[in-house]
Parts: sequence; C-alpha cells; structure tokens
Amino acid sequence: MQYKSQAVAKPYFIAAIGLFTGQILFGLIMGLQYVVGDFLFPEIPFNVARMVHTNLLIVWLLFGFMGSAYYLVPEESETELFSPKLAQVLFWIFLLAGAATVLGYLLVPYATLARMTGNNILATMGREFLEQPLPTKVGIVIVALAFLFNITMTVLKGRKTSITLVLLIGLWGLAVFFLFSFYNPSNLVLDKYFWWWVVHLWVEGVWELILGALLAFVLIKVTGVDREVIEKWLYVIIAMSLITGLIGTGHHYYWIGTPESWLWFGSVFSALEPIPFFMMTVFAFNMVNRRRREHPNKAATLWALGTGVMSFLGAGVWGFLHTLAPVNYYTHGTQITAAHGHMAFYGAYVMVVITMISYAMPVLRGRAANSERAQVLEMWSFWIMTVSIVFITLFLTAAGILQVWLQRISATPMGFMATQDQISLFYWLREISGVFFLVGLVLYIASFFIKGGKTVSA
Amino acid sequence: MSATFTKSMARNIFYGGAVFFFLLFVGLTFDTMQVLPKRDHRENITPEVVRGKHIWETRDCIGCHTLLGEGAYFAPELGNVYKRRGPEFIKAWIKAQPTGAPGRRQMPQFHLTDAQLNDLVAFLKWTSEINTNNWPPNIEG
Ligand code: HEC
Ligand code: HEM
Ligand code: HEM
Ligand SMILES: [Fe+2]
Repeated sequence: MQYKSQAVAKPYFIAAIGLFTGQILFGLIMGLQYVVGDFLFPEIPFNVARMVHTNLLIVWLLFGFMGSAYYLVPEESETELFSPKLAQVLFWIFLLAGAATVLGYLLVPYATLARMTGNNILATMGREFLEQPLPTKVGIVIVALAFLFNITMTVLKGRKTSITLVLLIGLWGLAVFFLFSFYNPSNLVLDKYFWWWVVHLWVEGVWELILGALLAFVLIKVTGVDREVIEKWLYVIIAMSLITGLIGTGHHYYWIGTPESWLWFGSVFSALEPIPFFMMTVFAFNMVNRRRREHPNKAATLWALGTGVMSFLGAGVWGFLHTLAPVNYYTHGTQITAAHGHMAFYGAYVMVVITMISYAMPVLRGRAANSERAQVLEMWSFWIMTVSIVFITLFLTAAGILQVWLQRISATPMGFMATQDQISLFYWLREISGVFFLVGLVLYIASFFIKGGKTVSA
Repeated sequence: MSATFTKSMARNIFYGGAVFFFLLFVGLTFDTMQVLPKRDHRENITPEVVRGKHIWETRDCIGCHTLLGEGAYFAPELGNVYKRRGPEFIKAWIKAQPTGAPGRRQMPQFHLTDAQLNDLVAFLKWTSEINTNNWPPNIEG
C-alpha cells in the first residue's frame, strides 16, 4: 500500500461482499416464489423480496464504488486522502442506514413504512428501484456529497490524472442524477419520463465513466502499459458511451405515453450503445496482450478481462437484442428484460467492483497478490459465478421468448398466469443455476481465508 | 490506436460529444413536454386519480406487476387492466386476496376501503387511456 489512508477502502469492500451475499439469498427466495407461488407467503411477499434484492444490489455496488475511489484516488493523486476520518464515519452511517432500510422493508408493512417516514410530505416511494423511504434517500444524498467532497479535495490537492478526472465526473453525475428520485409528479407519464433519468442515465451513462476509470486503473497496474495509451482509450470509450447513451434513453420512451419520434431516436442511438462496450472488451484484451510485466495477481487480470467480455455480452448483445422499437413492442416488460438486466448488471458493475477488490484487497492486506492456492480458488469462483449468470440469462431468455410467443404473438393469446404455468420449467432451471451462483459466491468468500503457499510481498 | 490520434483529441471528443448530446437530449425533452398534454390527457387527472397513484405507490404494486411494461414480471400487466377486466372486477379482486390457492402466486390483502378502491380504479382507468403507441400488442398485456 503506497498511502496509509487507502486502508479505509477495506471495510467498504467487506461490506460490499456481505450485502452481495444477502442480495443473492433474496434472489433465490424470489426464484423459488416464481415456481412455488406461496413460498414464504405472507411473511415475505414477492415484492418485498424484490425490493431487498435490487436495493441491496445498488447499495453494495455503491459501497464498491466508494471503496474503489478511496483506494484509487490517493494512489493516482499521489497524496493521502483528504480526510480518512470522514470516510470511516460515512461508512458506518451508510451501513446502518442501509441495514435499517432493509429491516424496515422486512418488518413493517410498506404502507406503514411510508407513513412513518414522511412519504406524505414528499411522496417518492413505491417506484421500482427507488423504493427507499425519504430519510434513506436524503441519507444517500448526504453520504454521497460528503464522500464526493472528500475525494474531490484529495484530487485537488494532488496530481490530476485523466483517470481520477473521469472517475470524479462519473461519481458527481451519479449524485446529480439521483436527485431526480425526489421528483415524483402525479402525472404517471412525467413520473416515468424522469424516473429513467435516474435509472438509465446511471447504468448507460455516468456509471460507464466509473466503470471505464476503474478498469483503466487496474489495467495500468496489472499490465504496466503506458498511461497515455490507456487514458486515450478511456476517453474514446466514455465519449462513445455518452454520445450513444444520452439520446439512447429513448429506448424507454416507446410505450409510456411519450411521442412517436422517440421510436426513431431511441432505436437509432441505443442501437449504437453496444459500441463502447465492445471497445471495452477490445481495450482489456489489447492491454493485457501488450503487457510490459507479469503481475503476480492473475485473478485480478482474469476479472478485468471478464468485465470486458461480460459487459459486452450483457449490455451490448442482450441489450441490442430488444432495443429496436419493433422488437421491444413484443419483448417490453417480459423475462427478456430480466435476462438482460441480470447479465448486464453482473457483467459490467458487479464484475468491475470485484476486479477492484481482487486487485486492491491483497495490497490492503500487505501483499502484491494472494497465494497461488487462494488465487486458484478465486478463479474457480469467477468461472462458477460467470457461467451461472450465463445460464440464468439463457434460461430467462428462453422463458421470455416463449412468453412473448404465447401471450403476445399467438393468434389466440394466453393470459399472463396461464403463460407463466407453461414456462415454469425454465424458471426451475434458472433457480438451479442460481444455487450454483451461490456456490460460486461462497467459494469466492472462502478464497479470502485460504492461507499457506507462497505469497508475494508488496 | 494510431499515434497521430492523441489523448487530448480523444478528450476533446469526450467533452464536446457529452455536452452536445446532453443539450440535444434536453432539447428533445423540452419538445416532448410540449406534445405530452395531448397524449397523457392530463385534464383528466382528477383528485381521485392523484390519490389512486399514491395508493398504488404506497402498496408497492410495482414490486409484482408491470405498469405500461415497467416494474416486476411476476404478475399481470395492469396498464390495461381496466380495459381487460373493468372496474367492478378489479375492486372485487383486490378485496378477495389472497386466493390461498396452494402453490399459486399470491397477492397480499391490502385492507383498502371502498373509497380507496375507487381511487385506485380511477388511477388505473386514467392510465389505460394514455396514448402508448398501441402497446401492449393485445388485451392480455
Ligand atoms: C406480492 C405480489 C403482488 C403485489 C404486491 C400486488 N399484486 Fe396484484 N397480483 C399478484 C398476482 C400473483 C396476481 C395474479 C394472481 C392469480 O391469477 O392468481 C395479481 C393479480 C392482480 C389483478 C388481476 C389482474 C388480471 O388481469 O386478472 C389486479 C387487478 C391486481 N393484481 C391489482 C393489484 C394492485 C392494485 C396492487 C397494489 C395495491 C397489487 N395488485 C399488488 C401479485 C401481487
Ligand atoms: C451495463 C449496462 C446496462 C445495465 C446495467 C442495464 C440494465 C437494465 C435493467 C435492469 C433493465 C430493466 C429496467 C426495468 O426494470 O424496467 C434494462 C432495460 C433495458 N435495457 Fe438495459 N442495461 C444496460 C445497458 C443496455 C444497453 C447497452 C442497451 C441497448 C443496446 C440496453 C437496452 C435495454 C432496453 C431496450 C431495456 C428495456 C426493456 C423493456 O422494454 O422491458 N441496456 N436494462
Ligand atoms: C443468483 C441468483 C439470482 C436469482 C435467483 C435472481 C432472481 C431474480 C428475480 C426473480 C427477480 C425479479 C424478476 C421480476 O421482476 O419478476 C430479479 C430481479 C433483479 N435481479 Fe436478480 N437474481 C439473482 C442474482 C442476481 C444478480 C447476481 C444480480 C446482479 C448482477 C441481479 C440483479 C437483478 C436486477 C437488476 C433485477 C431487476 C431486473 C429488472 O427489473 O429487469 N440478480 N432477480
Ligand atoms: Fe436503458
């Protein structure tokens, strides 16, 4: 570790992995409820499990981004973090707020939770991914601003690199677009229109900047390729992300009451959105092939390459699959969407956070890389989790195609529930793949506890 | 990438592209806002509809259902349920939950009053009249 204050990243990474595990457990509960409809009913209704699953995902990714920034920024800026104390305090605030929110979902009926937390003063709850009570939303903003203050001050007092600049723009964008979660007009069309300014402009906008910056950082470290080359790639990739992704928001404006012109804007621009993801893959492989050294952390390199490939498959290929308006007309809001959502989130954001953890955690624990045995186990977990998510995606895609066929294309369309019965086989297969995913995750966690073998000192 | 294409050129494309397309997006948004009133029929957003949306949100119906194709994929699309089932069915359905049918997906009992049910139905009726470019493909949603 080059700077003492980088150590504040460690609890962030540990919390991220812990919450990730919680996310997967609730995913498995829902997966079972898909086929055994009354499982855990009425104790944990499906919608409650879903809130926990998706909100834990977002919160642990935010933990991952913050931990990554605390690790990366001092090293890039060549200076200690502006305030390590603030980072530690924010960690506990964020963790406690997150835990309290999840407990609220699980223990209190949602309508009561809404009443207790001031939703009648400013109604923001009850919208997908933005289910958090008002105090949690305000808390997220406060933590984000204090965090941004801390790392911005660090960058300002130290060396300014393209990587920190891009990371900062991404993180500030994340905070700014989250503010749209406080705008909830009673006109549903307007509500939906600006809801996407949080959701789409996050994952297909500013988060891609964060993704690119983290990937570029790890690639510089593990390949030793010249910074000028890597940063040039970074700029081109994120330029393409925003050039395609901003107007690409239109792929959500086909059927929610917005004008027909969006059928064209959305289709054309979002069809180009795979380009930056494809470049990310080429970038990762190119840099690793041109490496100037053999970094002992093979696992981190594998995760970095995996991020390139899987984000392209999940976001690029599975996104393109249903992004053209004539296709989306049939696939909108089906299991095809769920298939894409899983592979894209995993391939891009889960994997880039794990890439950072995989690179940084050994250093934080006083070595350049983990022992051979620990790395082998970590690489097994990589393959098990990644192959599992591929299967989850394939089974959901199969379910989705049948669903579209039976319910929307057929001359004698079936009702929703009857269709679901027809495709339950694929839901069972998805659930089995999910159990394998959990096994992979357990092995991943176990890899942190493997001792012995030769370790490489930092 | 070739050496004549420098990092600062790449950076300029990023800044220029980001600013240009963000402004274009804001412009398109502005244009959309002008057209929307004709498509969302906001003149029909009565106090009942407003209250209905609030009930919809505070019961997290979106956590199981889609509404205009967005939400969860566990239970039927409700953007057009007013047209598919009609007001009386919707109210009776919500009152009768859960079905308790073994192994079947369950919807909770929300203990809504008749007035609240009327509000919810008003919201679903207004929603079903939004011009959605003919989505969904058929009445099943
Ligand atoms: C925990 C999940 C869940 C939640 C939350 C939920 N529902 Fe449902 N809903 C279902 C399921 C599952 C069905 C289909 C059940 C069946 O056919 O047996 C359904 C069916 C319906 C139907 C009948 C649709 C049709 O076409 O026959 C209506 C109307 C409905 N729900 C309205 C609502 C409203 C309004 C809310 C919020 C106040 C809500 N639901 C919340 C799970 C849920
Ligand atoms: C890493 C990047 C991405 C992530 C994390 C992601 C994630 C998601 C998620 C979670 C949804 C579901 C939203 C909802 O619940 O309504 C969604 C929807 C969608 N995504 Fe992506 N996505 C990404 C990139 C892309 C790209 C690049 C494309 C296009 C090429 C794309 C096309 C779509 C479309 C068309 C929908 C709407 C599906 C529908 O109509 O139901 N996505 N995405
Ligand atoms: C491993 C086992 C997993 C199972 C069984 C599972 C199951 C589910 C289920 C049933 C849903 C709800 C779908 C619906 O609305 O009807 C869901 C939603 C979601 N899950 Fe998972 N999940 C798993 C892992 C993951 C992982 C690893 C991620 C992140 C990478 C993830 C991200 C999401 C997202 C983003 C949504 C919202 C999707 C959307 O709105 O389209 N899940 N999951
Ligand atoms: Fe999108």
